Amino acid sequence: MCLGIPGKVVETYAEHDVCMGKVDFGGVFKRVCLEHVPDVVPGDYVVVHVGFALNKLDEAEARRVFEFLEGMNQLDEIGRPSREVPG
Amino acid sequence: MKYLDEYRDPDAARRLADAVAGAVTRPWTIMEVCGGQTHTIVKYGIDHVLPPGVELVHGPGCPVCVTPLEMIDRAHVIASRPDVIFCSFGDMLRVPGSRGDLLQLKSQGADVRVVYAPLDAVNLAAANPSRKVVFFAVGFETTAPPNAMAVWMAKKRGLTNFSLLVSHVLVPPAMTAILRAPDNRVQGFLGPGHVCTVMGFTEYEPIAAEFRVPIVVAGFEPLDLLEGVLRTVRQLEAGRGEVENQYSRVVRREGNPASKKLIDDVFEVCDRKWRGVGSIPQSGYRLRPEYRAYDADHIFDVGGLETQESTVCISGQILRGLKKPHECPAFGRECTPHTPLGATMVSAEGACAAYHAYGRHLESVGVGRLAAGRV
Repeated sequence: MCLGIPGKVVETYAEHDVCMGKVDFGGVFKRVCLEHVPDVVPGDYVVVHVGFALNKLDEAEARRVFEFLEGMNQLDEIGRPSREVPG
Repeated sequence: MKYLDEYRDPDAARRLADAVAGAVTRPWTIMEVCGGQTHTIVKYGIDHVLPPGVELVHGPGCPVCVTPLEMIDRAHVIASRPDVIFCSFGDMLRVPGSRGDLLQLKSQGADVRVVYAPLDAVNLAAANPSRKVVFFAVGFETTAPPNAMAVWMAKKRGLTNFSLLVSHVLVPPAMTAILRAPDNRVQGFLGPGHVCTVMGFTEYEPIAAEFRVPIVVAGFEPLDLLEGVLRTVRQLEAGRGEVENQYSRVVRREGNPASKKLIDDVFEVCDRKWRGVGSIPQSGYRLRPEYRAYDADHIFDVGGLETQESTVCISGQILRGLKKPHECPAFGRECTPHTPLGATMVSAEGACAAYHAYGRHLESVGVGRLAAGRV
């Protein structure tokens, strides 16, 4: 029920003085209410629930888990030589 | 799709599951609050890639499931009226009331329509001035801004034939009720990511402090949930009980201020009954008196309703994390998604429906896609 899908804002327009827009969900376009997403412009990613944008998606934060995993990779790299030391 | 597919990467998921295994020294019971999270966990078999000591129990976060039977019956009485166009999200249509579901009513001639967005129902009211358009406003805090926007828009456009049948519920009072129960097993929570997108997470901080439980606000994709479990386990192992935000690409601490203001303008907090759980004080929203002209509860007199719940169903215990679906004698037998007996089987996001959809009642195929190496 609390489904929220990330989509890319394609265009914005006013309807009854409320900010609306067209949002691209991987090739499927939907009409979305953007009134609660301040300063939204085409190209922004928003998370949409029942035709309503809940918030902008922060693209820098979106990479965080992968940076965390990358950090784990580097720890593995550090750990590896010690395992290769002949015993 | 961008910002979805990359969070389903099986190699990254395994690395996170390994990190959880490396962090655990004793058994822990963690509840994911939201039905959408339950669905992902069961679909991808996330519970099966975690070390055996880490148990995920499924929370009450499916609003369709917890909508009380009286409210479903009320919807049916209103939808049966010839002057009404009754609008709802699709997942409410098959929820059985005491006398069948909305889809059956539609087949008998009632004007029941599925809408994608609450604002679509407002446009329907504008296009049908001689009919009364009623929207079934079911949901958690996530759905409160679009529902509030619909009623605000109807008022702004001067529409007098639009109303909401409100059955809104709130997450923090339900979490508190679970933690206060004498038989509670939950030691940490994966918090509801989209509820917190709207509301922020400051209201979870006193809960974490009072009960000394970690609450990690988490997203809905496999990597989100696994990282959420990892962070929860690390807190549990360290004896901490704090709020953390795993879903930082969407959730801000203060939530969405514009949405919170609109909710506060349109709705007020009230006591609510939860199907399978019972009444929880201050656990829902109703329309403020200024919006009474848009409140279907006041517009339509439905008379006294008598409801009957199944005596076999254990959904109340499942919603509080005390039992799993397959522990119910009716699961997969007399109770299926086509013939649901109770709350957790009625919606696709309910724990019983998710277990049934991904074959958890058939032991040999019940491991989920991630655990089976098929993502």
